[in-house]
This record gives sequence, structure tokens and C-alpha cells, in this order.
Amino acid sequence: MCRLAAITSNEYFSPMENILALETMKEGHDGSGLGLTLKDLGGEFEEFKEFPIMSGICSRKGLDTLDDFMKKHGFRLKHEWNPKIKHVKGVVSREYYFARAYDYPKSYKEKSMREKEDLLMNTRLMLRKIGEPDESIFVFSFYPDVITLKEVGDPLQLGEFFGLDRDGLRAKIIFAQGRQNTNYAIYLYACHPFFIQGFCSMTNGENTAFVPIREFLMGRGFPGYTGYNSDSEVFTHILHYTVRQLGFPLTYYKDVITPLKTTEIDQREDRDALRLVKQSLRPLCIDGPNMVIGFTPDGTCFMVQDAKKLRPGAVGGVKGKYALMSEECGVDKAVPKRDRTRDIFPMKYDMVTISPQAEEVRVWNQLRA
Amino acid sequence: MEPATRLDHNHQLSLREFPYIIRWRDDRCKRCGKCTAVCPVKAIEPTVNVQRTVHSEGPLPQPTAVRKVIQVVEQVTDMERYCTGCGTCTLVCPNEAIEPEYNPQNKFYHYKNKSGEPYKRGGRRNDPSISTLDKLKFTRISMLTDPALDAGRHEFRVRTLLGRILPPEELPLKMVNGKLVVDKESGRFIPPVREIFPIMVGSMSVGALSPPMWEGLAMGVAYLNEVEGLPVVMCSGEGGMPPRLLRSKYLKYFIIQIASGYFGWDEIIHALPHMVEDPAAIEIKYGQGAKPGDGGLLMAQKVLRLIANIRGVPQFVDLSSPPTHQTKYSIEEAVAKMIQSMSMAWGFRVPVYPKISGTKTARAVLNNLARNPFAAALSIDGEDGGTGAAYNVSLDKMGHPIASNIRDCYLDLVKQGKQNELPLIAAGGVGKKGNLAANAAALIMLGASAVSIGKYIMQAAADCFGDEYNRCNLCNTGKCPRGITTQDPKLYRRLDADRVAERVVETFKAADVEMRKIFAPMGRSTELPIGMSDGLSIEDKAMAERLEINYAC
Ligand code: SF4
Ligand code: SF4
Repeated sequence: MCRLAAITSNEYFSPMENILALETMKEGHDGSGLGLTLKDLGGEFEEFKEFPIMSGICSRKGLDTLDDFMKKHGFRLKHEWNPKIKHVKGVVSREYYFARAYDYPKSYKEKSMREKEDLLMNTRLMLRKIGEPDESIFVFSFYPDVITLKEVGDPLQLGEFFGLDRDGLRAKIIFAQGRQNTNYAIYLYACHPFFIQGFCSMTNGENTAFVPIREFLMGRGFPGYTGYNSDSEVFTHILHYTVRQLGFPLTYYKDVITPLKTTEIDQREDRDALRLVKQSLRPLCIDGPNMVIGFTPDGTCFMVQDAKKLRPGAVGGVKGKYALMSEECGVDKAVPKRDRTRDIFPMKYDMVTISPQAEEVRVWNQLRA
Repeated sequence: MEPATRLDHNHQLSLREFPYIIRWRDDRCKRCGKCTAVCPVKAIEPTVNVQRTVHSEGPLPQPTAVRKVIQVVEQVTDMERYCTGCGTCTLVCPNEAIEPEYNPQNKFYHYKNKSGEPYKRGGRRNDPSISTLDKLKFTRISMLTDPALDAGRHEFRVRTLLGRILPPEELPLKMVNGKLVVDKESGRFIPPVREIFPIMVGSMSVGALSPPMWEGLAMGVAYLNEVEGLPVVMCSGEGGMPPRLLRSKYLKYFIIQIASGYFGWDEIIHALPHMVEDPAAIEIKYGQGAKPGDGGLLMAQKVLRLIANIRGVPQFVDLSSPPTHQTKYSIEEAVAKMIQSMSMAWGFRVPVYPKISGTKTARAVLNNLARNPFAAALSIDGEDGGTGAAYNVSLDKMGHPIASNIRDCYLDLVKQGKQNELPLIAAGGVGKKGNLAANAAALIMLGASAVSIGKYIMQAAADCFGDEYNRCNLCNTGKCPRGITTQDPKLYRRLDADRVAERVVETFKAADVEMRKIFAPMGRSTELPIGMSDGLSIEDKAMAERLEINYAC
């Protein structure tokens, strides 16, 4: 089972904090990979908040392809960060790791954010398509103020490998996943967290309802619903679909993935709408075992469980810094000075949300909503 | 001189040509006559034989021949009175002296066409081999990486939806204070949707079924809903419904069928203003898996007073429903209109869907329905579906197996992203070998939203003798030895409606548990795993490829 470590804060912090938290949960992951997503960036990217950042890995040949492609599509490179690689035993280095801030093509400067988002996503997908057959290009995210790093290996060693302990890379929201390889061959696109147009999530456990969910998402006619090298990628896409595409408030994500019983719906104030939502989104119901941690474009972080609460999850912290972890020990590592009695272990009906800047934590109960 | 044909019995059939041969034991028979009295086809008769025995008494052989007249039970060699193998004789025999035995060498079909009249019968396709449904296995078992669920402890929702479901993008919702509410001003039609148990009782008409059989089913279904909380629905079949039921609160558990003969609809329309509940749905029958492209037939001998009244016809006339709805020539227009007018009759509060027989062209129908916002579902009845009366050739040779038909349709919907909008109902051979829940679950994982059963429930609830060795299958003749498909009070008084109801309840409760037992180890409990094809596999490469599922051996 994968281990998950998310931290949200009102101050910039290093991803090493997440990695160290993962280290305390080491028994649960086999060190087969690490995924990191950083949002609301500090350090050298702080001044590039408006500009979309492309994160990925490529070979030398892939780099040429990428440069040509971006130039051809009118993107202008503004800033580039490369990890200060330190070769460590057990990590096979690829040729070129990067996070690059670009300026939008001229024709897009005045366009709405929604249109820009579509452009960014389609660009990412095109690059994925070009680079996937020979693994010359991997692009994990292309979005303003977000960086994603993924590699195969032990998280702590990877932290060292990427030089994260020495680097000034900082962010206010960082998600990290220590991978436990189960069903799939170790493949970078199968590594959490998954990201699409400002929405991100990571999950532990397998997804028994994967196939019907994937088929439903792929039938939505949205180009971004593709990939699915991991059965957990659908959780991110359901989030994106519910909130961005359908325009539902975030709490309905819980209602979509773990719909209430008919008799329970009858008690809700929004029952008429909810009934329709449940019917129309029936194939998106998950059956666990899963705990999902995610964030939305505004910087809200959340944690939800499947309807049987088959996976652990804990949220704890202080105003200004909260940790959302798959294990309590991870919370202890990330925010040791806190009132532990106030830690939250969301149950089957709960959705824990933490507002942007780690301002306040709320438990939304699906039954009493 | 006598012609040789008479002398050597030529042109007479030998018992070897018959599908069932009666084994009668002289030593056990006490000549009570029960078997010959009960035989529905008079295949056996009491008769006398002359027996010649040679006796010798005393120390020296002095043989004398003694002629005795003895009574025996004999099977006749008249094709019109062939033994159907039903076994009713065995059932009534107090001494286990008589039993039919299947004769695999029979040439029954060669001869069963007297007067140029092809063989007609009831039942389903006479193919006892293992069906595709029974070859499907559930091979995605949750083990350690994802815990299996506990069928006894976790909460399971084995429910499905019947009715047209709006795509999420078209839901008329708006936000008020951070909550979703239905936007009443949008004017968007929200189709009616029912939450039901995914196994339903398929269309079997009052008329085809005897009063206790139909009542038993109906009582069982009502009990399941009212007492057991299992929302099982049942389809009326063509021919209307008992008038009292139409006006009762139980109507909501019934799907009313309209077929090409429109039998019973006069009564239904007249009952409309008095209905206190809406029916569960309306099924428009265009075809039946047992006899694709063929109409219905209720033989004159079954049209007794009650049936004549419900159907609005005179007594004792053959009631045939044409193979097609005579007024329907195009799916885009006439069928759409029929769906619309039926919807309109109930103020658009009742789902209306067509039922077709399994066919290679099912996808064309499906795609038309997918474009019709009033079509509530599509029911497809595969070649193994049963019937009360059809030509043997239609039963045995016509139609399409349900597994690949449903799969094709489902995958077609997936391509359009409409798999959740138009539920598919699968029927035809579900539970043929007794594996009701497993067959139902397999069809659901192939893409069906619900399944429908007919023959299975007759067998499970009323001990129907019929099987795929052409046993019994007298349903069309009005002589059903179990009292299931007859209007003859002498026969149907054998059947106790309460017992049928009890068995219906037991059967559905058991199926519910078995479905959980299938879904639990696969880690599914909250929603029905419709289209969860990764859970299935089959030990046949070609089939696996065709159904787009795993091959496992
Ligand atoms: S098995 Fe049925 S049809 Fe055959 S002799 Fe016995 S009662 Fe008659
Ligand atoms: S028992 Fe009745 S219903 Fe069953 S096959 Fe025989 S005639 Fe048909």
C-alpha cells in the first residue's frame, strides 16, 4: 500500500519535510518510487506565479524535440530549474530533469484562464504522445505555479538524488507519495500524485471499480481523460470532472465517489439534486479500498475515505500548517508541536477540508450536510 | 393376401424413434392405473397381453402350455402421443414402477410434422450444452492489496436503475448557497427512473400462465417488496393484468407489456383513471428471444372466461399476436411515437422501453434509442429465452446468444459515453443450469444493468419439468402437468399459489445473497459492477477476444 504525505502551510517549506514524513511510514512503501507535487511555489519560482511551468524528464534527443515543439507552438522559455543531481546508489539517473516556466503564446495572452488551461493540457498531452513510445519525453504537469517530480527509487534517496535537501525549492502545498508497486510495472506515468488543470490527488489502495470508471471518464469527450497507467489516476479526473467540468462545489466530490443510500439522501436538504447526481454519475462510484488526498486550484486541500473506510488516514496540525497523511506517525513528523487530541481521522461520511494558507480545518459530514 | 406392410409392421414406428422410452416394471406395478390416468399426452395406456407359459409338474417332464391374460402398461408408438419425459407418471406411482428414460438416438423431429404441421412447443432451445454465461468465471479476487469485503458484514447495495438517465452535463441544476438544487425553470424534462433489484421476472402473460401461477408470482413479488425490502419487479407479458391489480397499490411493482396484439389494453386504458399507483414501467414488446421475428399465440383451449375478459376477446378462439406491430414501419418515427404516447398516457412519470429479441442488428436499434430521449432502456432477449408456444424451428435455430449481444451493445454505448444513460436489460437463458446469481452477475459485468428471468422462475418456483432435452415442453397445449401453463382447472388446482409465492421469495433472497457472495470477494458493494469486465474471464480464447475480457486457464 502506498504511503501518502501532504502538507499545507502558510509559509514556504521544503519537500524534504514530506520525504522525512514518508520515511517514518517506511514500512508501508517498498521504495519503488516517489512522486512530488508542489503548489504555490516559493524560492526562485515565486516571481513566475503567472507563468505555466512544465515539469518532466527527457532524454537529450527528447530535449531537442521539446524545444522545437514549444517554439513552434509559440511558448517562450522564461525560467528553468534543474535539480542538482547527486548520484546515489540505487537510483538510475535519467538524462534531463526539468521544471521550466514558459510565457504563453502571443495569441493566448488575452484569453480566459479556462482557455489557457485547455491549451496547457493539450500541449502536455501532445508532448506525452510524442515522447511516450521511446520514453524520450515525460511531462507530468504544465500549469502555473505547480511543479511535479517523479522517479523510481527510495524516497529518501531520491530526495538526496534530486538535491532537495540542498536546493531552495519551496512551496506552500506539497504532496508526496511513496510508492508501493503492486499491479503495474514501475512506470513513471503510473506514479502519484496525478495532476490535471489545477486539480491534484493521490490515493492509497487499489480501485476495484477502475474499469467502469475509466470507461465513463473516457466517454466524456474530454481529451485530458486519458493515460490511466494507474487505477488511481481516475480519482484526480473525477475531482476535475466534478468541480471544473460540472461546476459542483468540492463537497460533492464525496457524494460522487461514495454516494449515499436512497434513504440517507432523503434526509439531505439538497436531496432532489443529489438523487439526480447519484443516478447520472453512478459509474463514478468507487468501492475502495481508498483514501484520497487532493487539492483544488484555489489551494484547498482535502482528505476523503471510501464508503467502508478501508484505508487509514489522519489529519493534524496547527493553524498555518496542517499535515494530511496516510499514517499518524507522518503527521507527528511533519507537525510535532500540535494538540494531538485534535487530530482527525475521517470516517466513512467525512470529508476533511483545509482552506488555502492552512487557515482552518473543517470536517464536512455527508449525512448532515 | 394381407399386404406385407401390415404383417411385418412396416410404417409403424419403433420405440427407438421416440425421445423418451418408458421403463415399466411388471414386478413392481400393482396396476393402480394412476400413471395412465395422469399422463398429459396419453403416451401410456393400460392394456392386456396374452402370456404363454410352459409348466411341468411331477418328476418327469410333462410340459403343458398355459395361456394367461395379464394387464400391462404400455407405451404407444403414436407420434401424436409421444412420451414427453415429463415424469408425472413416476411422480404418482406408489411403487416406483415406471420411469421415462431419455433416448439420445431418437428421431423425433423427423416425424413430428403430421399433416404438414411443423412441431410447435413451449420451453426454450433444446441445447443442453454449457452456455457462454456458464463458462464465465469471476477471476478478479481481492487479495491483500485490496481487502475482500464481507458479504455478511458490509453493507451491500445490489440495486440498479430502470429508466433513462440524464448525462451529468445536462442535469438541470443550479447552485444556491453552495448547494445544488434542481432548476425548475430550466424546463428540462427529467425522465422517471426506478431503483430496482437487478433481477426481474420477465414477461409471462396471464393466459399463458395459469391463475395460481400468475398469482403466486405476483404475490411473491409484492411480498419481496413490502416485507423483504427487495424491490423486485415483474412484467405482465402481453394480455393485460387482472383488473383488481390494475387498481391496487401493488401496481408499482409491475411492468405492463404492450405487444403487437394489444391484448388487454382496452381494460388497462379504462383502468387508467382509477389507478392509485403508476406501474414500474411499460415494456413494448417487439420481439422475443425464443421466437425471434415471430408473433405470439395463445391457443384456443387456453382462452377461458377469465382470460377472454381480461383480454377483451371471445372465449375459445386462437389469439395470435402478429410478428410485428402492424403500424410500426420505422424505428425513428413509429416506435418513437409509441414510446411517446405510452409515456404520455402516464404523464411522463413511467419509464417506457422496448424489448427486442437478440439479433445481430441490436446495435442499430440501440443507437436509435440512444438518440431518443424518451426511450428508458433496451431489453434484449437472447436465443435461450423461453416461451409458452412457438415453432420448434424458431426455438432451436433462430436468435442470437445474449452474451456477445449485450457486450456489443454496451461497448457501443461506451464509445458514445452513454453507457449510464440507457440501461440494458439482458435475458435469455439466465439460470439455465441453475446458476441464477452467477449468470446475472456475469451479464452485469459484461454491461447489462439488469437481467430478466422466465423459465428459471417457473422451474424454481413451480417445479416446471421443462429442460433442454425437450422434457415436457407442453406449455402450448394447455395440458401442463404441473398446472403452470394451463387454464384447465383440473390441472391448475394442482398448483398452490401460496407455495409458488413462497418459492419466489426464497429464490430471490437466495440470489441476493449469492450476488453479494460474488461481488464481495471482488471488492464491490456500493454500486452494481456494471461493465466491470476486468472481473471476468473465460477459458476460451476466441470467446475472450470476442467479449473483450480476460482469457484464463
Ligand atoms: S413421462 Fe410424462 S408423458 Fe411420459 S408417460 Fe409419463 S406422464 Fe406420460
Ligand atoms: S411443466 Fe408445464 S410449464 Fe413446465 S415444461 Fe411442462 S408444460 Fe411447460
